[in-house]
Amino acid sequence: MIIVHPLLGPRDAQEFTYLGDASLIHRPDPKADDAAENFYEYLYQRDNLAGEHRELWFHEQGDRSWLVIKRNTLTHDILSVELASDVARREGRSK
Amino acid sequence: MRHSAFQIFKQALRGHAGWKPIWRSPDPKPHYDYIIVGGGGHGLATAYYLAKKYQGVNIAVLEKNWLGCGNVARNTTIIRSNYLLDGNEPFYEHSMKLWEGLEQELNYNAMISQRGIINLFHTDPQRDASVRRGNAMCLNGADAVLLSQEELRKKCPFLNFDNARFPILGGLWQPRAGTARHDAVAWGYARGADQHGVDIIQNCEVTGFLISGGICTGVETTRGQIRAKKIGVAVAGSSSRVMAKAGMRLPIESHVLQAFVSEGLKPIIPGVITFGAGHFYVSQSNKGGLVFGGDIDGYNTYAQRGNLPVVEDVCEGGVALMPMIGRARLLRMWGGCVDMSMDGSPIIDKTHIEGLYFNGGWCYGGFKATPASGVAFAHLLATNTPHGTAKAYRFDRFSRGFLIDEKGVGAQPNLH
Ligand SMILES: Cc1cc2nc3c(=O)[nH]c(=O)nc-3n(C[C@H](O)[C@H](O)[C@H](O)COP(=O)(O)OP(=O)(O)OC[C@H]3O[C@@H](n4cnc5c(N)ncnc54)[C@H](O)[C@@H]3O)c2cc1C
Repeated sequence: MIIVHPLLGPRDAQEFTYLGDASLIHRPDPKADDAAENFYEYLYQRDNLAGEHRELWFHEQGDRSWLVIKRNTLTHDILSVELASDVARREGRSK
Repeated sequence: MRHSAFQIFKQALRGHAGWKPIWRSPDPKPHYDYIIVGGGGHGLATAYYLAKKYQGVNIAVLEKNWLGCGNVARNTTIIRSNYLLDGNEPFYEHSMKLWEGLEQELNYNAMISQRGIINLFHTDPQRDASVRRGNAMCLNGADAVLLSQEELRKKCPFLNFDNARFPILGGLWQPRAGTARHDAVAWGYARGADQHGVDIIQNCEVTGFLISGGICTGVETTRGQIRAKKIGVAVAGSSSRVMAKAGMRLPIESHVLQAFVSEGLKPIIPGVITFGAGHFYVSQSNKGGLVFGGDIDGYNTYAQRGNLPVVEDVCEGGVALMPMIGRARLLRMWGGCVDMSMDGSPIIDKTHIEGLYFNGGWCYGGFKATPASGVAFAHLLATNTPHGTAKAYRFDRFSRGFLIDEKGVGAQPNLH
């Protein structure tokens, strides 16, 4: 798989490590009343979709940026690549 | 027809024209006592033990494609019971014992070969961990032998003992482990189940569950609605996709594991050998091909094929461990979609929906579990209580904090 990095251009997927579903960007609030339940869902439960999947990749052997990649898990086609920091801010996180 | 040496002789005289298909292909009935979704090893074994123990019940196995299209016939055939943790080892040792009697039980040649497995260690801490694991195995009635470097040199002189980075100090040997002909296991269980009256229905995909008031009463399939009192799902890599149809999310990610076979070589590898410092394991098939593999690719996928970086990594591991195979040519390779759970251990449990049961999360190691998983899932389906060897394989172990994490890497499926 070739990942077209937003800053560095096309890079081999081998340079990256994989974390999983991009919803992991949104860590639950540890102070909420239902924090235990939310952390259980966050840590262990996954949609594990067949088809379009948004996921976090880390450019470990490159610029060490986190990316959000939309990829088809049936074909391995990469549909879009964004910096995770941009996605996180757009989705309401402060950093 | 019972298989025997006499039958082979008799059929040979008739030009082998007298063999019959070994299971029927019936049309689905509108109603069963039990439906098993998924005609892989686990689904077929479950149906077999259920039908054998609880005679007179109506059982159907529904398989989306053809029998044995999934991981049961894609794996590298290793059977072993060399686990460390209490939740696992008694279960896998139960499975090992069932393997030892399986061919007699099924009257089917599954080519079970107890040629042993050796897990190599390369550092002093790894040796300590091997001793601990070996003791845990022995405590649970399994067999384990710690091999010194000298003993190992006699068994496997071809290993790269003096590798500068990863010298081989010894290995943990389980002599009773080995290999089995994977698709024969599926065929044997299918034949046995069929003989006990189980309807094996191929080309029948489950597309939905009939659920009302929290009770599951049947399934929607590509061959119409089929009702049942109890439904057990054992679909391995498709677990999340199928259970999503019942509105469930699972602690599972689907990943790809690749397998490789070289051209046929003279007998050289005695049993199964695993590299303790890289991702590589190997055995040699009866035809002479080196059957080997390594780590999963590491990203979510349902594609049943992997990518080249892992091919390279596995081959590098192999050549580092046993340089002599460097010139063997790769004959074929393939991938299978495995259901990686969040702690690397399986789930055999009821769901919150009455009548719906789940068996999955087998990761890259569920072939060896096939017999014990069948027994345990059959027991759960029939009695509503977990089998004694599978008590730890519950859904709620994640929320309760009772993970069975052999590798101790946490909720990161691609690291298990
Ligand atoms: C390359 C590779 C190497 C492996 N090596 C080993 C090894 O050496 N030792 C070991 O112990 N384990 C190994 N494993 C793991 C082992 O193969 C699996 O854990 C095990 O086979 C999974 O259980 P199963 O046999 O029931 O799965 P499968 O054979 O995959 O059965 C699941 C079935 O469900 C069917 N299905 C899916 N969706 C539906 C639906 N909607 N309706 C109806 N049917 C459906 C599928 O078509 C499939 O036939 C390996 C796996 C792979 C991929």
